[in-house]
Amino acid sequence: MEFFSDLLAALPGAVAQGLIWGLMAIGVYITFKVLDLADLTVDGTMATGGAVCIVMMMNGANVWVALLCAFIAGMLAGLVTGILHTFMGIPAILAGILTQLALFSINLRIMDRKANMAINPDQYDLLVSLRNVRRMTLENPIFVAAVFTILAIAVLYWFFGTSLGCSIRATGANPNMSRAQGINVSFNKVLGLMISNGIVALSSALYCQYQGFADINAGRGAIVIGLAAVIIGEVVFSRIFQNFALKLLSVSLGAVIYYIVIQIVLTAGLDTNDLKLITAAVVAVFLAIPYWKSKYFHGHAKKRAAGEVTARKEDDGNA
Amino acid sequence: MLELKGIYKTFNAGTVNEKRAIDGLDLTLENGDFVTVIGGNGAGKSTTLNLIAGVYPVDAGLIRLNGFNLTHLPEHKRARFLGRVFQDPMMGTAATMGIEENLALAYRRGRSRGLGSGITNEERKIYRERLATLGLGLEDRMTSKVGLLSGGQRQALTLLMATLQKPDLLLLDEHTAALDPKTADKVLQLTEEIVARDNLTTLMVTHNMKNAIQYGNRLIMMDAGRVVVDIRGEEKKHLTVRDLLEKFNIENDRMLLSE
Repeated sequence: MEFFSDLLAALPGAVAQGLIWGLMAIGVYITFKVLDLADLTVDGTMATGGAVCIVMMMNGANVWVALLCAFIAGMLAGLVTGILHTFMGIPAILAGILTQLALFSINLRIMDRKANMAINPDQYDLLVSLRNVRRMTLENPIFVAAVFTILAIAVLYWFFGTSLGCSIRATGANPNMSRAQGINVSFNKVLGLMISNGIVALSSALYCQYQGFADINAGRGAIVIGLAAVIIGEVVFSRIFQNFALKLLSVSLGAVIYYIVIQIVLTAGLDTNDLKLITAAVVAVFLAIPYWKSKYFHGHAKKRAAGEVTARKEDDGNA
Repeated sequence: MLELKGIYKTFNAGTVNEKRAIDGLDLTLENGDFVTVIGGNGAGKSTTLNLIAGVYPVDAGLIRLNGFNLTHLPEHKRARFLGRVFQDPMMGTAATMGIEENLALAYRRGRSRGLGSGITNEERKIYRERLATLGLGLEDRMTSKVGLLSGGQRQALTLLMATLQKPDLLLLDEHTAALDPKTADKVLQLTEEIVARDNLTTLMVTHNMKNAIQYGNRLIMMDAGRVVVDIRGEEKKHLTVRDLLEKFNIENDRMLLSE
């Protein structure tokens, strides 16, 4: 019984954390699913956004200004990866790794060579804080993160419905066709990477406020959590959520599910030091599920056809 | 008018795999010409189309279309002048997007893509009418994902997309080669209808000699990266496969087989 009461007590924290990381996962969705690029920049950006936000606030900046600057810093990181990938012809994964590596030094500089920077919620007007997680007020981080998520989904839903947004989706779906239809594929990739990393940095800024500190290692393994959220969301909700906005929502919910699963595992008594191992295992299983489904599970024809399309896309990607 | 002057293209230059694909190609198309292109494997047919489209740059030479110099324009900028259909039905459409979304992308070819709506209701009416002309019933499946269509349906859709905004030049790169004979005929018929309706200047690569003779007002044969045969007008009208084979003594298995 103690297990359940402990879990129940920890649940609001898991949900808040999940929603904030869900925002980050929406950023990952844009590169991974919409643009069909694996962007590892986010492991750096997930620390950059928080570092910029915390340092700015400690220097007296308004929290909204700090968030905006974090967003811009993320976009700049995406711009660098984009230029490395398109203009310099470096494969996307490697371009992301290079930016991520460079960001480690930049993040240290932003944080004045400190690996960790705490911000006192009593002295600064934080938008989200861990300590409000069980309060039934508008300051509850679950509420604030949910508002951010809904706003982000609304803006992205609008954007990807515009001519420009559609051309970005086409770029990810079929770059050859896109070029033949006069779409500047390189520009779109850079733009997509910028938007994605901007959102990730925004999530990072919120997460650092939530925790009450910025950390140089905050982004380590972030891409895996982001992918976990994307994949879990897809596995759980893909059959009912077809619309683009709902797909983004399923990513956010995927992150919440992920953090609840992690919380269950931790409450059951696993060591926090094993967290990365557990994360990797959870993601591996959820990645395998769609593959196993298409290979061994023969459902009705429509589902099989859909599975073949994704499988083919993967084959193309490997070629 | 399309002008190709002194085009050269070598792949893998300086390696053991060096291949001179295009070797001093000169070709001029008048507006309204429907030219079929035949030739053996490696003759340079597809390479010619790709050079015109800007998939890769020429080593030397000039590409001019209606007076515009295209030679150094990147692929996506040339797209405003060109309609293209590829051999692979997967290549010309975005499988994960809907039929109307694909058409909306093509509708914006050569226009700026800003923050206006990606597809409007007026456009949907146009797309419905145009899809109906294909006679495939696609006008009732406008929101279906293109990935659910057959190869023939996808090629017909790609053809429609290539001609939705009237192109100055239509490039067809063996666009029926991956289809079964019946579907291939249907797509070729559609091609002829659209080309005739809009009076499009067209370059159509094919491996099927009958098709090359049947369609178009001019036939060229390529070999080793240049044009070796050029037949037009009355002579083209009376041409038979036998003539073509005898006259030019073609020794290409694939072309003989597809007769």
